[in-house]
Amino acid sequence: MASEKSSSDLTLLDFWVSPFGQRVRIALAEKSLPYEYVEEDLLAGKSDRLLQSNPVHKKIPVLLHGGKPVNESLIIVQYLDEAFPDTPSLLPADPYARAQARFWADYVDKKVYDCGSRLWKLKGEPQAQARAEMLEILKTLETELGDKEFFGGEHGFGFVDAAFAPFTPWFMSYEKYGEFKVAEVAPKIAAWAERVGKRESVAKSLYSPDKVYDFIGVLKKMYGIE
Amino acid sequence: MRHQSKQALVMMSEPVKLIGCFGSPVVHRAELALRLKGVPYELITEDLNNKSEMLLKHNPVHQKVPVLLHGDRPAICESLVIVEYVDEAFDGPPLMPADPLARAAVRFWASFMDKECRESMWMALWTDGEEQAGAISAAKANLTLIEGQLPEGKRFFGGDTIGFLDIAVSWIAHWMEIFEEIAGVRLLTEEGHPTLYRWAREYTANQTVRLCLPDRDRLLAALAPSREIFVSIAKTMSTQKQYSVCWICNI
Repeated sequence: MASEKSSSDLTLLDFWVSPFGQRVRIALAEKSLPYEYVEEDLLAGKSDRLLQSNPVHKKIPVLLHGGKPVNESLIIVQYLDEAFPDTPSLLPADPYARAQARFWADYVDKKVYDCGSRLWKLKGEPQAQARAEMLEILKTLETELGDKEFFGGEHGFGFVDAAFAPFTPWFMSYEKYGEFKVAEVAPKIAAWAERVGKRESVAKSLYSPDKVYDFIGVLKKMYGIE
Repeated sequence: MRHQSKQALVMMSEPVKLIGCFGSPVVHRAELALRLKGVPYELITEDLNNKSEMLLKHNPVHQKVPVLLHGDRPAICESLVIVEYVDEAFDGPPLMPADPLARAAVRFWASFMDKECRESMWMALWTDGEEQAGAISAAKANLTLIEGQLPEGKRFFGGDTIGFLDIAVSWIAHWMEIFEEIAGVRLLTEEGHPTLYRWAREYTANQTVRLCLPDRDRLLAALAPSREIFVSIAKTMSTQKQYSVCWICNI
């Protein structure tokens, strides 16, 4: 179903280091879709445009297509597949493979960011718990990845890869706060992280682990966390 | 994404099993999707206090129901993933709208239901004092947002027929009233949300829905003894909120 809107009708409201926004940037790059990138300076407050486009959550990323908003990063990525069917798709065609991709992207969504946040926000027992959970998450994803080059398997770089790739620069911070090494806990994930990091769509969308680590430092200061 | 009819026939001929448990609103989602698409299935009922080897084998990650087994394929888990799979794998009336923007919207509101909406309902039901007062306001506001998604003059979120979003928010139509009775709190009223209230009546009166809706009295009897557990869950959620503080960045 070809979209009537031209791809120059795309605007992305985003925040530079957001892994959720980066998912959308990766998808747009994979599809070679031109778009206007609008940096929301979230540390300074939220713009009227953001508040109007996402009144329910007031969060980035927001994709505007012909002025109409689409919210939630994984929903946006699926939308791009469906609105631009002549571009390389991130979800595979087969319904069963699609279901598995949605399950694992949902898993990444439910687990990685929340657990990672607790890892560097908390101390003592709650931090130890977050550490244990993070190791569990990485091992689970390792099992799912197996010996595949990408989570997308036969499809190639796909939906789950795009969902998880933006967290790879956060590994260094998780390692520092959690005192573990991804390469030891989940070597296949570590190798996958290196592979996806070299992919053009990913490389141009992500920031370095050092920048992410510094950003976490900024947030901790703002929230008065030691 | 329509399957060729030959493939569809093959898929239909492979047996479908659904692992569920009595009373679960998320199992209901999966069952209703199968029934609406006309897919025969075998329902396997679990006792969640005593999870079977089969459940643990098929859903090692979350160890939850529903779990869909289609032929020999490894399991499909997570109710909304199952609903979309059933919609795509089998012929029959589509559950998702056709237009990409409409599809994105129903996915958004389904996700909202499962996160913010359900959380606010839970806190409204099971906390007390000032915290409860705030939660009740938030819960009612969320109901208003969901109500706003009902198309003008239509019986269902899907229009003239039940669709993905009806299925996703079905908790509101049946389970909520039972929890309200146990908690002694009213959130959904005809005066407060007339369109949503009417939708709830339509939904629970629907022939196909009734075939897989748990009996109200049996559900009430099963849930009422767990009041204290519900309260303690709400307390945990309240504490965890401090940890998952949404930063101003909300990234």
